[in-house]
Amino acid sequence: MRVRSRQALSQTARYIIACVALVFFLFPIVWIFLTAFKTGDEFLHSPPVWIPHSPTLRSFTHVIKTGGLRSLMNSLIISSSATALSLIIGSLAGYGMARYKVGGTNLPFFILSQRFMPPVAVIFPFLIVFKALKWVDTYQALIIIYLTFNLPYAVWMMRGFFQEIPVVIEESAMVDGCSPFGAFWRIALPLVKPGLVATGVFCFIFSWSEFFFAVCLTRSKAVTLSVHLANFFGKMMVMWGEVGALSVMAMLPLFFLSFVVQRYLVRGLTMGAVK
Amino acid sequence: MEGFMGEAANTVSPGSGRRLKSGWFTYRQKKRITPWLFVAPCVVIILLVTIFPTIYSFGLSFTKWEISLPNRPFIGLGNYAALFKDVRFLHSILITAIVVVVGVGTEMFLGFGLAQILSVKMKGKRFFVAAFLLPVMAMPVVVGYTWRLLWDAMYGPINQIIGWIIGQPFQFTWLAKTSTAIFAILVTEIWQWTPFMFLVYLSGIVSLDPELFEAADIDGASGWEKLRYLTIPLLRPIIIVALLIRGLDALKFFDVIFALTGGAPGNSTETISFYIYKTGYQFFRLGYGAAASFILLIALVLILSYLLKLLKTVME
Repeated sequence: MRVRSRQALSQTARYIIACVALVFFLFPIVWIFLTAFKTGDEFLHSPPVWIPHSPTLRSFTHVIKTGGLRSLMNSLIISSSATALSLIIGSLAGYGMARYKVGGTNLPFFILSQRFMPPVAVIFPFLIVFKALKWVDTYQALIIIYLTFNLPYAVWMMRGFFQEIPVVIEESAMVDGCSPFGAFWRIALPLVKPGLVATGVFCFIFSWSEFFFAVCLTRSKAVTLSVHLANFFGKMMVMWGEVGALSVMAMLPLFFLSFVVQRYLVRGLTMGAVK
Repeated sequence: MEGFMGEAANTVSPGSGRRLKSGWFTYRQKKRITPWLFVAPCVVIILLVTIFPTIYSFGLSFTKWEISLPNRPFIGLGNYAALFKDVRFLHSILITAIVVVVGVGTEMFLGFGLAQILSVKMKGKRFFVAAFLLPVMAMPVVVGYTWRLLWDAMYGPINQIIGWIIGQPFQFTWLAKTSTAIFAILVTEIWQWTPFMFLVYLSGIVSLDPELFEAADIDGASGWEKLRYLTIPLLRPIIIVALLIRGLDALKFFDVIFALTGGAPGNSTETISFYIYKTGYQFFRLGYGAAASFILLIALVLILSYLLKLLKTVME
């Protein structure tokens, strides 16, 4: 649209810069993926071998046998439960705030502000309480503590999505005798389905990647992928192939999910501030 | 309370105010309670999982809570006084500040530049955007370990590449020296989050009204002038929002430190969060750690309120 001659940069310069950036941003990811398929001789070779000569799945099978599969299942269970819980409670509250203006604008902003709470500020009370309940190293401990960041997020996002759909349909349904909850469940919720899915995917991503709470509250039974990776690293200092394999297992679902929500990516990452 | 309900009546009006008796409540009472029923579970849980722990932690910060002690005596501001004399804690503040200021600052400039460069129509743009996204989506712990491997003196490709450039084998242990370790941390932070800034600014630039730029073109504005007088002022709210989100996140910087340096060499690359983690999990001094976390919380609230005020003035 802009006049070609007035562009500050030529198209070629743009491509050169974009390609340099591409190499910089992709190199570490490519490297860890390649490492996952290298043999022991290759990932412990100095100077490093870049491309594995005969790609092997040995690191993957070893990781799976040494608790990798279990940590994958743990991550899956914890992240999906935390997501489901946040979505249910969050969409109810988001609906109440969007439609009935419960708490005006102060309550939603207050709840959003909790999203920025540093995890270190709440971990010690949780540790003391969970110790007393014998909940350390259990699923429920992490599922509950993940509400501290997922619930404020879900409420805020869902409030935004509900505000965007017209009220008229719900109103006419209520005139026809639909209960307020019925209006929410049967009319409003189906209308915000894409938003609900996007919010859920983001909650899942946040829980899946979470490390601080997981490392503080798990020991052996409920370790998530992120903590298992750290443990693996501590025990076997130079097993880079295994670290790579576990990293691939941890990151592929994230890359896939980001593809699913690409339309809502910026909105989701900026908590609705940029649409 | 009445005000909110008044608004509620304007928003959704389920029928008229007939006095129908169903169950224990009259219709009118029901209409008042219903909105709160939607929000109540959330409020209760927020109270339980964030407000209560914060208050508990605040109380904890005034006690001497240590594993070796049979009871937890109240020591007033003792923990806070000790913290301000604790060199290790003060150093962790410095490291955190470096990450927030240098790291997030660089991300902002690089991200903005990259967004500006990719804001025009070009072939393969979608591919570039999709590829730049991957670091943002990568798991922070994985990112930390990956960069640890990349910097590795023997098995890492960075030394190898430098060796190719200078034409002789190069072996430098980047993570064993404080200055280079901090550099490595900054590179990791910038690597992971520049794409976030890029993505946010790109969607901001794309949403700007093209007519403004056409008008500027007709007036003979240079590329630099358009950037200086159009793009940047118009994007100011978005720039601040992105800074706010990233800055507050960087203030809690933990995962990458844990994986990349583990606070080493010595304790010289510990951030506030990492130091607090250690006071709790290595030294079992929960009162002390709680006091430190409160200082972090206060810093966070101050920065947040400053940036929100800035955002408000910009929006007006």
